[in-house]
Amino acid sequence: MEPHHYQHLYDILTHAQGYIFPNEIDLQWGILIVVYPFITGLVAGAFILASLERVFKVKVLKPTYQIALLTALSFLLVATMPLISHLSQPQRAYEILITPHSTSAMAIFGFVYLWYLMVVLLLEIWFDYRPSMVVWSNEKKGVMRLVYRILTLGVNDVSPRALKWDRKLGYIITVVGIPSAFILHGYVGFIFGSIKANPWWSTPLMPIIFLFSAMVSGIALVMLVYMIISYFRKTVIDLNVLDTIGKYLFFVLILDFTLEGLDQIQRIYEAEESFEIIKLLVSGKLYLTLFVAQGLVGTLIPLITLAFLQFYKHKIKVRKSMYLIVSILVLIGVYSMRWNVVIGGQLFSKSFSGFTSFKLGLIGLDGSLMAAFWLILPIGILTFLLWLLPPWKMVPEEE
Amino acid sequence: MKFYIPPQLTRLAIAFAIFISLFLVLRHFLVPDTFGEYGHYRGASLIDNALPEIHYAGQQACFDCHQDIEDLKKQDVHNDIHCETCHGPGQKHVLSGEAADILKPTGREFCGRCHSTNAAKQISAVFQIDLKKHNVNRNCLECHNPHQPWKMKK
Ligand code: HEC
Ligand code: HEC
Ligand code: HEC
Ligand code: HEC
Repeated sequence: MEPHHYQHLYDILTHAQGYIFPNEIDLQWGILIVVYPFITGLVAGAFILASLERVFKVKVLKPTYQIALLTALSFLLVATMPLISHLSQPQRAYEILITPHSTSAMAIFGFVYLWYLMVVLLLEIWFDYRPSMVVWSNEKKGVMRLVYRILTLGVNDVSPRALKWDRKLGYIITVVGIPSAFILHGYVGFIFGSIKANPWWSTPLMPIIFLFSAMVSGIALVMLVYMIISYFRKTVIDLNVLDTIGKYLFFVLILDFTLEGLDQIQRIYEAEESFEIIKLLVSGKLYLTLFVAQGLVGTLIPLITLAFLQFYKHKIKVRKSMYLIVSILVLIGVYSMRWNVVIGGQLFSKSFSGFTSFKLGLIGLDGSLMAAFWLILPIGILTFLLWLLPPWKMVPEEE
Repeated sequence: MKFYIPPQLTRLAIAFAIFISLFLVLRHFLVPDTFGEYGHYRGASLIDNALPEIHYAGQQACFDCHQDIEDLKKQDVHNDIHCETCHGPGQKHVLSGEAADILKPTGREFCGRCHSTNAAKQISAVFQIDLKKHNVNRNCLECHNPHQPWKMKK
């Protein structure tokens, strides 16, 4: 809460409707806490797509495998930043990482994050790229040669036996990685789902809903990134790739939609004492972001379009632009879902008889410009990673 | 056949060992001095938290100079409402004793913040009146004493 608000609580009572408690006037969690689960979701989703390709050996998706991994890495590197700028003590932010506490749900993120970054994502990318990096370090001169040398950690062995081990170890990491990605994002859902006092959040389904919406957003993002990369490299977009990703997106979106629907139906049928206020919440303050942005734009329209694309196989151009639009809509939808959870859960009073309102600031460590920055930065990192580790220049592996 | 350890693994083991020892060394230097003094947190954060300026004095502080008002308030329904709830933060005034440093609320809207009809509030907790009906066009203070609401003025 802004310190000056403590001084004249009455003056800001105009923010509130009905009866609310004093500490509910201002929202404690702002837009950066919306961005945080959105970004982690993209990481988990992109990674799960890559893993599915690898574990189930989906050949068609080959061109997106590295793209998905690098996308996951770029967003993971930024994932903690919204939290840190939200806490507005960046000079002390590292303390949570060096003095972890095993019984704090919040502090556990340090462990989950490090495990996922160091043990899963970096290793999988390393095993996958090592043979190519060895080749590149021999081709390149000067600084780049040194860079690739360092990146290979000096393991220059490209004998068939070593390559076989790259694949084998990479595979093991993938298998370990899938549950890790589930935990990474399930954990984010758990943070909300475990808050007993808040009926909008507190449901055991929360981690699962977060997970599925994460997969939805990650898959959509990889699809989008793939199309954008092809555009800039002036290569032809492989429609088989789009169709396959589109099919996955379709099925996961159905699952996600069903789960969230079940959650709501359960809520409506149970109609606990919190139900009245939640009904007012969704039909009032959340109407646009829930029914329009998340439901219609982010779920129903993409679902119908994707269903249509399952048997519409004619005009290639039309299909490509449809996939493009669908992936953007889905991303908007999942972002709105995060918004509805995080902001929505703080708009109503725990007395169940009043509302406060959210004023989105533009500047400052907790403002929307900061949030936009954390969403754009990963795209910059991804561009750099694609330049450093171009998937299209990799040494083809012989089976 | 000799047992084969892939070169990747040995190298990674070394890398991880370096990383972990680096972490431990850094941790040694970076953990704040006062960490763990009282519990699993930085002891000096207590000092940080005490630093922000105090705005509210608490009503005990008012009694030193305004015992007369407390004597009124004690006898009536506003007894449970502390002075600063209506008069705003009073620390500055407590130190200075200047009238300019404290609010003196007036007007129907002010009393209405707590007393105007609001379906969300429990009647049993706060008595409600309809501002549009209850003695319209007159200030509440003309009849009610804010410190002793039932002691009606003429
Ligand atoms: C050090 C003694 C002292 C303390 C403590 C003190 N006051 Fe006062 N207060 C005064 C004096 C003296 C005046 C009269 C000032 C004047 O008339 O210029 C005054 C006047 C007021 C007024 C009338 C202001 C006006 O505009 O006429 C209010 C209201 C008030 N005090 C409230 C409080 C509250 C609430 C507290 C506790 C947070 C408090 N006072 C604590 C000395 C004190
Ligand atoms: C229900 C709200 C309310 C509470 C609680 C309250 N006041 Fe007041 N106070 C007022 C209002 C309204 C006035 C203005 C009265 C007027 O203008 O006639 C006032 C006036 C005053 C004055 C100016 C002198 C006077 O009598 O007009 C002083 C001094 C004062 N209050 C002190 C206090 C102190 C000390 C307390 C706590 C013991 C307190 N008040 C609690 C509402 C309140
Ligand atoms: C901070 C909120 C608040 C403000 C401001 C406030 N009141 Fe009250 N008032 C209360 C509460 C709470 C009660 C009931 C107290 C109780 O029963 O313990 C009450 C009781 C009363 C009662 C008695 C009602 C009854 O049926 O017994 C009157 C009259 C009254 N207030 C008048 C006023 C006037 C006039 C003002 C403006 C000067 C005012 N109040 C400002 C909270 C407030
Ligand atoms: C003309 C004098 C007068 C004025 C002005 C006035 N009141 Fe009253 N008020 C009374 C009387 C007399 C009663 C008791 C009879 C009644 O309920 O009407 C009363 C009763 C109340 C009650 C208790 C109601 C209940 O049902 O127990 C509250 C609360 C109250 N007034 C608040 C206010 C507020 C707030 C204002 C300013 C907006 C205000 N009054 C202005 C004379 C007045």
